[in-house]
Amino acid sequence: MLTASETGVRIYNLGPLEQVPLGEGRAFLVGSTPVAVFRPRNGKVYATQALCTHKGGPLADGLLGGETLVCPLHAYRFNLATGQPVGHECSALRTYAVVVGPDGCIRLALP
Amino acid sequence: MAAKQRLVLIGNGMAGARFLEELTSLGGGEQYDIVAFGDEPYGNYNRILLSGVVSGTHDPKDIFINPLSWYREKGVTLHAGVRAGWIDRDSKKVYAPNNIGETYDKLVLATGSQPFVPPLEGLTREDGRFKEGVFVFRTLDDCSAILAYAQQAKRVAVIGGGLLGLEAARGLLKQGLEVHIVHLTAHLMDAQLDPSSAKLLQRAMESMNIHVHLEKSSTALLGNECVSGIGFKDGSRLDCDMVVLSAGIRPNVDLARASGLTVQRGIVVHNDLSCRNDPNVFAIGECAQHNNVVYGLVAPLWEQARVLAERLSGKNPQAVYRGSRVSTKLKVMGVDLAVMGDKDPRHEEDEVVTYVEPSRGIYKKLVVRDGKLAGAILLGDGQMTPRLLQAFDRSELLPESRSELLFSLGEQSQKLSVADMPDDTQVCNCNGVSKAKLLAAIKGGARSLKAVCDATRAGTGCGSCKPQVQAILEWAADGLVAEDPSVHYYVPGVPLTKVELVRAIKGQDLRSVSAVFAVLAEGREDAASKLGLASLLKTIWGKDYEDERDARFINDRVHANIQNDGTFSVIPRIYGGVTSPDQLRRIADVAEKYQARMVKITGGQRIDLLGLPKESLPAVWQDLGMPSGHAYTKAFRTCKTCVGTDFCRYGLGDSTGLGIQIEQRFQGIESPHKMKLAASGCPRNCAEATTKDVGAVAIEGGRWEVYVGGAAGSKVRKGDVLCVVDTHDEVMQYMGRFMQYYREQGKYLERTYDFVERVGVDHLRQVLVEDSEGMCERLDAEIQAAINAYVDPWKEADHPKHPAQFVRELAVVED
Ligand SMILES: Cc1cc2nc3c(=O)[nH]c(=O)nc-3n(C[C@H](O)[C@H](O)[C@H](O)COP(=O)(O)OP(=O)(O)OC[C@H]3O[C@@H](n4cnc5c(N)ncnc54)[C@H](O)[C@@H]3O)c2cc1C
Ligand code: HEM
Ligand code: SF4
Ligand code: FES
Repeated sequence: MLTASETGVRIYNLGPLEQVPLGEGRAFLVGSTPVAVFRPRNGKVYATQALCTHKGGPLADGLLGGETLVCPLHAYRFNLATGQPVGHECSALRTYAVVVGPDGCIRLALP
Repeated sequence: MAAKQRLVLIGNGMAGARFLEELTSLGGGEQYDIVAFGDEPYGNYNRILLSGVVSGTHDPKDIFINPLSWYREKGVTLHAGVRAGWIDRDSKKVYAPNNIGETYDKLVLATGSQPFVPPLEGLTREDGRFKEGVFVFRTLDDCSAILAYAQQAKRVAVIGGGLLGLEAARGLLKQGLEVHIVHLTAHLMDAQLDPSSAKLLQRAMESMNIHVHLEKSSTALLGNECVSGIGFKDGSRLDCDMVVLSAGIRPNVDLARASGLTVQRGIVVHNDLSCRNDPNVFAIGECAQHNNVVYGLVAPLWEQARVLAERLSGKNPQAVYRGSRVSTKLKVMGVDLAVMGDKDPRHEEDEVVTYVEPSRGIYKKLVVRDGKLAGAILLGDGQMTPRLLQAFDRSELLPESRSELLFSLGEQSQKLSVADMPDDTQVCNCNGVSKAKLLAAIKGGARSLKAVCDATRAGTGCGSCKPQVQAILEWAADGLVAEDPSVHYYVPGVPLTKVELVRAIKGQDLRSVSAVFAVLAEGREDAASKLGLASLLKTIWGKDYEDERDARFINDRVHANIQNDGTFSVIPRIYGGVTSPDQLRRIADVAEKYQARMVKITGGQRIDLLGLPKESLPAVWQDLGMPSGHAYTKAFRTCKTCVGTDFCRYGLGDSTGLGIQIEQRFQGIESPHKMKLAASGCPRNCAEATTKDVGAVAIEGGRWEVYVGGAAGSKVRKGDVLCVVDTHDEVMQYMGRFMQYYREQGKYLERTYDFVERVGVDHLRQVLVEDSEGMCERLDAEIQAAINAYVDPWKEADHPKHPAQFVRELAVVED
C-alpha cells in the first residue's frame, strides 16, 4: 500500500491500467521525471527509470518475462522489482512504488 | 624431522595431475619434494572436454583445471613442455633434454596414451610430417590445429567410428563442415554396442547429416601436399579435404619398457599400483595395466590416483586398487547414449532384458547376472540412466520386476529416487562427487547448477551427471533454485529440445507464446525465449497463430527499426529498386515534414529515413503512401536488381522485371532470419546475386540460374546453384519452394547460408527439384498460402492494434 504520509513523497495518477498493453511497458513523464511502467503477464505492475543505465535505451520498449526486463538496444537485463542488473555490471535501475487502485488507475509514488 | 624424500612424476595429464592434487591435499607436500615432467606446455586441462572445444561449446581457456601458478603454490616443480627421455633405475634418476636430471625415491608413471595411427599409404610428406589436412585428436594442440584448419575445409572424413570419432564428427559438423565417418567394422562403437543399438545410433548420426561409411578399410591418403581423399581396400575412394584419425589409442610405454619395467599392453602393476619388478616405481592411468585390463576412461584413473596418494602420503598405507567397473556416456549433442559393463551376455544363465522402439530411436538393454546388473545399453532415453548407473556401480540386487528398471513411473518416482538415494552415492563419476558433498554445497549457499558444479566440481568432467545434480539441487534447495537455462533447449526458458517442443505444441494445441509458457514452463515467462517461440509458433500454425504483441521485439510492434537514440528508421518498399519521380517527391516531402535526421540510400537499393520518433510513424506511412519495406524484421527484405535487358548492352535477361515480380510476390514473408535477394541480368552479376540468400542470374540462352545460401556480410559465401530454369515463373517457383523449406526446417536465427551448409545443396536439389520426398506440391501450396495471407503492416497506421501502440510517452493525470 502507498501512503502519502512520508514527507516529500508525491502520488501521481497515471490513468487506467489498460493504457499499457498487457505484457508491455510504456513511458510516462511524471512531473519532470521520465518513468517506465511495466505490465507483465504475471499480473503485477512495476515502475523504473525510463532510460537504460547502459547507454540510455528506452526501457519501455523492452521485452518482459515475469520479473525480468530486457532493454531493446543491447539486450541487457534487469530485475523489475529491485532494479538490479542481471548478468552484467551496469548500475541498478531506480524503481518506483506503483499500485493499481480500485478505480483501475495506476498510482505511482515519486520521492 | 626426517629429510624429505623425492617424488618424481612423469606425465602431467588427467591421471598425473589428479594424483598431485590428491597427494598435496593429503599433506604429501611435507613428506616429499615433488617434481613433475609434462610433455604438454601447459598446467593441466580436462582432456575429455576437448570434444566440447571442437564443437565450440567450450572455450579452450575454460577447460583448464590447474594453471601453472597452481604448481608453484603447491611447491611442485613442474617441467612443463619437457619430455622425460630416460629412466636409470639403478641410480634412481630421470633424464630429460637440456641436461635435466632428477633423482627420485618414488617414481610415478602417468604417461597416458597416444592415438593409434593406422599404416596408410601417403600418410606423410617427404619430410615425414603428416600431409596437410591430416590430424589426430588427443591434445589441446591437436584441437587448435583441427579448429584452425576446419575454417577453410569443406568436407572432413573421420577415420574410426568409436566414441571419440563420433564426438569429433559431431564437433566438426557444428563447425559447418560436411562430415563423413569411415569405420572398419559393420557397426559404429562396436566395442561398446551390440548390432541393434549400433544401427539405431547410426540412424541418429545420419539424421544429423553425418554420412556413415561402414566396413571400409582405409589404405591410403590421396593428394600431394594436402590431403584430397581416402582410398579404400575395395578400390573405392572418398573425396575430402580434411582427415581426422581416431582409430584407437596405444598406451605410452616405450619409456617404461626401455628402463626394463615389465610391460605387456600396458605397464603391469600390482594392487598397490607398483610395478611388477620395482616397488619404488608406480603407474596409473591409461599407461597402466591392472589385472589384465588397460582402461581408457577417466573414472578408473581417479580411483587409482586416490589409492596411490593415500598410500604414498601415509594416510592409508594399506589402500589397494581392485579394478573398476566402467560405464560411459557419449557426449554427442542430440544423442542420449550410456553404456556400462558387458554389452552381451557371457554365460548361459545371464538374463537379457531388451526394449526397442525404433521409430523414436529408443533401445534399452540390460544384462543381468546373479540378480545384479552386469551391463546395459541405454540409447535415446536417458531417464533411467542415473538409477541404472547406481545399480551397476554398487552391484545392487535388482528388483524382481525388470520393467521398473526400464521405465520411470513419472515425475513422482524421479523425485523419490533423489530423496531416497543414500548420502554416499557417487553422483559425478568423473570427479567422484557424492550426494553428501552436493548437499553440503547447496547448504553452503550454492543455488544454481553452475554454482553447485563450481563448488564441488561435479558435472565438470563429461557433464553427463548434470541432470541428476539438478534434480538433487531442486530437491534440496526448497524452491530457491536460480535459473539455469540448458544449452540443449530450443529456447532457454522451456526445457525441451526443438523436436520435443514441436511435439508438445502440436499435441497440446498451444497457439500463443503465453500458452506455451503456461503449459510447458510451469507458467514461468522468459523474455529471452519469446521471440524464438513466436517464430516457431508462426511456422507451425500459420494463420491460426495467436499473435501476442508483447512477444514481439519493439521493431515488430511498430514496424520500424529502433536506433541507438530510441528513434526509428523508416524504409518504404521500392520494388526491385525501381522508383519514380512521384515517389521520390513524396519521400522528399516526408523527410522534410518530419525532419528526418538523415536520408540514405541503402545497400539494398532503397531509401532510408532516419531519426523519426515513434509517435510520428503512422503519419509518415500515411503521407508516403508506400508499403512497408520490412527492413526491421526477420523476413524477405529486398530484391536488388541491375538494369538488365532494359538498358544494359550486356543484358541477357530482364533482371529488373524479374526483381520487381519477385519482390511483389514475396514481400514480408517471414522466415527464421532475414532474406536478401537479387537478380542480375547477366553473369557479370552487377546486382551481386550470387552472394545473396536467394538470387537469380541470367545466362546465355535466355535461362536463369537460381542461387541459394549466398552471403556477403560478416560471413562471405558464394551461393550454390539450386537449378537452372527458363522462365520468370519457374525462378519464382523454385525460390518460393526453397523459402518455404527454409521456413520449416531452418532454426530460429539461422541464416540461409548456414542452413544450406547444414542440410547440403545436394539434399536441397533432391528435395526441391527432384521432389525426392514428394513434398514440392505441399511446399508450393504453403508458400502460396503465406503470400495470400500477407497484409502490409503499415496499414496499422489506420487501425492500430492498441490505442497506445505508437505512443512514446503517456500523459499523467495529476491527482
Ligand atoms: C577428446 C577426448 C574425449 C574424451 N572423453 C572422455 C569421456 O567422456 N569420458 C572418459 O571417461 N574419458 C574420456 N576420454 C579419455 C580420457 O581423456 C583419458 O582416459 C585420460 O585422459 C587418461 O589420462 P592419463 O593421465 O592416463 O593420460 P593423459 O591425459 O593422456 O596424460 C598423459 C600425459 O603424459 C604426458 N607424457 C607422456 N609421455 C611423457 C614423457 N615421457 N615425459 C613427460 N610427459 C609425458 C602426455 O603429454 C600427457 O600430457 C577422452 C579422451 C579424449 C582425447
Ligand atoms: C553498359 C553496361 C553497364 C551498365 C549500363 C551499368 C549500369 C549500372 C547501374 C545503373 C548501376 C547502379 C545499379 C543500382 O544501384 O541500382 C550499376 C551498379 C553496378 N555495376 Fe554496372 N553497369 C554496366 C556494366 C557493369 C559491368 C560490366 C560490371 C562488372 C563487371 C558492373 C558492376 C557493377 C557493380 C558492382 C555495381 C554496384 C551494384 C550495387 O551497388 O548494388 N557494371 N551499374
Ligand atoms: S549484370 Fe549484366 S545485364 Fe545486369 S547491368 Fe550488369 S552487365 Fe548489365
Ligand atoms: S542501452 Fe540498454 S542495453 Fe544498451
